[in-house]
Amino acid sequence: MSEKVLLKNIDPKNPQPVTFEQYVKNGGYEGARIALSKTPLEVQQIVKDSGLRGRGGAGFPTGLKWSFVPMDYQGQKYLICNCDEMEPGTFKDRALVYGDPHQLIEGMLIAAYAMQMTKGFIFIRYEYKKGAEILDRAIAEAEQHGWLGKNIQGSGFDFHLETHLSAGRYICGEETALLNSLEGKRANPRSKPPFPQIRGFLGQPTIVNNVETLCNIPHILAKGPEWYKKLGLNGNAGTKLMGASGRVKTPGLWELPMGTPLSVLLNEYAGGPSREFPFKAVIPGALSTPIFTPEQFDTPMDFDSVAKAGSRLGTACVIVFDEGDCMVAATANIMKFYARESCGFCTPCREGMQWIYDTVCAIRDGQGQPSDMQVLDDLSRHIAHTFCAFAPGAQDPFLSAITKFRHEFEEHIAKRTCSIAK
Amino acid sequence: MIPETLRKELSDHCAHYPSRQVGLIYVLQKLQEHYGGWLPDEAISQAAEIVGVPEVEVEGVATFYNWFFREPVGKTVIVCCDSVSCYLCGSEKIVEHLENRLGIRIGETTPDGRFTLLPVVCLGNCDRAPSIMVGDRLYERVTPAMIDEILANAEMLAEGKE
Ligand SMILES: Cc1cc2nc3c(=O)[nH]c(=O)nc-3n(C[C@H](O)[C@H](O)[C@H](O)COP(=O)(O)O)c2cc1C
Ligand code: SF4
Ligand code: FES
Repeated sequence: MSEKVLLKNIDPKNPQPVTFEQYVKNGGYEGARIALSKTPLEVQQIVKDSGLRGRGGAGFPTGLKWSFVPMDYQGQKYLICNCDEMEPGTFKDRALVYGDPHQLIEGMLIAAYAMQMTKGFIFIRYEYKKGAEILDRAIAEAEQHGWLGKNIQGSGFDFHLETHLSAGRYICGEETALLNSLEGKRANPRSKPPFPQIRGFLGQPTIVNNVETLCNIPHILAKGPEWYKKLGLNGNAGTKLMGASGRVKTPGLWELPMGTPLSVLLNEYAGGPSREFPFKAVIPGALSTPIFTPEQFDTPMDFDSVAKAGSRLGTACVIVFDEGDCMVAATANIMKFYARESCGFCTPCREGMQWIYDTVCAIRDGQGQPSDMQVLDDLSRHIAHTFCAFAPGAQDPFLSAITKFRHEFEEHIAKRTCSIAK
Repeated sequence: MIPETLRKELSDHCAHYPSRQVGLIYVLQKLQEHYGGWLPDEAISQAAEIVGVPEVEVEGVATFYNWFFREPVGKTVIVCCDSVSCYLCGSEKIVEHLENRLGIRIGETTPDGRFTLLPVVCLGNCDRAPSIMVGDRLYERVTPAMIDEILANAEMLAEGKE
């Protein structure tokens, strides 16, 4: 196994919160100390130089994103940590929050300093209530030790941080929906532009970053961008938390060099197939990404390589299917999720997801008509024209399922029964 | 009606934000606790009054989120992950078993008001599928055989809370 950076203090099988004392003993708050001795723009430059890309799914360069925040703005600016983590198949931010809350707090402090934001929120999903309690305790510890609050370590910089326990809904993870939710409204997405960096929370400049993104920051400051860039393979920067679940022998979460091949993750870490059947398909970036079939399993798990191979790295938590899985039934399960979690704001998504779900269920249950494939093809195009990225995210696994596993759909329609599921 | 102390706590909470509505989710969460796990019409009016927004705005929020209930729920709410990794690891059998044991279908509450059974999106615990939550407690790698024990445990916890 390679160098552990983010999981240095964490046992992902049983994350227990590291205390302030332990955290500091293991080098904690050194990155923040270094950051506070530099100018905000110097800190931004270090993050830019490190090559860090956002871990929330889209992989946008973090330093570049930060640089869009106006530095001469006189009013309040906000830093928000996105810990909604409801993307099916994803279980990485949970380990970071439950295992090492100070790592996240330190990352947020440095980010806040770099953009001169004096208020921050951690938006956390309802089911991680215990995680919110862990964070609240760690925030109190950090305040006691002068790492949060007013005049941090005598630097003159103030940063106030609090948790917001969500009332739960997948769309809250989309950053503009998250802003509405935090403002006490329905979590419908907003149109972009204006981007949150210019007009976000309560109309003020705001940055929304993923938990894992922010947890990288202390290490980049402490050990430098050159060290960070060398952690990945083939010129990729950093490590990446990667998970595997579904039909693998030893499902789990590991911190691996960015660019580790999918096949290594599947066979060396996740232990190969859990049943007597070989692997049939993998969704590489958790649910909302196009499906890979075995000829793509050599793909390195980094943003550019996965994109080149036709999918997206997403959250790098892979979902694995084997030859005993019926992809029609799996697609029905996948579309149930999107039909239920659509925020309902725009018609192609609200109506389209349910229509697809009903049609796929009919095919699965032996009630499909030959004309249904045409219906699915048409709908798969319509759901790309929607207000936010939720529906294109649904289109990704759906379109690849009806393309790559079309024969399974056609067989269900022709034979009116399933011969695949074991 | 709600006690004056609660009203004051909620109102103060809203006052610490630049816009009072930022506190609405928290206010509804606390009112739901106060009203035994759900939000009756009265709670909607009270939230509107405390936060200072129209009732229609509060209703819009209360009906949007998974964890606000506009009808009574059981003393213990059980949520079963039905997302893909748990599905691959047998979540449908778990739900079926719970339905049989409780004598209700998913989405319903037992007539004695003890349990409500609901589906939930991925619990972020996919490497230990299938996962369910009983009240605030997470159970992992759930098997049908474990369910009797889990239900007995839940009853004890619910009684201990009273
Ligand atoms: C439907 C939807 C759900 C999302 N859910 C999450 C989430 O749970 N956590 C997250 O960090 N980003 C999520 N995102 C991405 C965010 O919108 C945003 O890009 C991200 O938080 C930015 O952080 P980063 O720059 O650090 O990657 C979601 C996006 C969409 C479209
Ligand atoms: S695409 Fe779906 S989730 Fe996004 S705004 Fe439209 S209805 Fe809502
Ligand atoms: S799919 Fe059930 S916990 Fe993630």
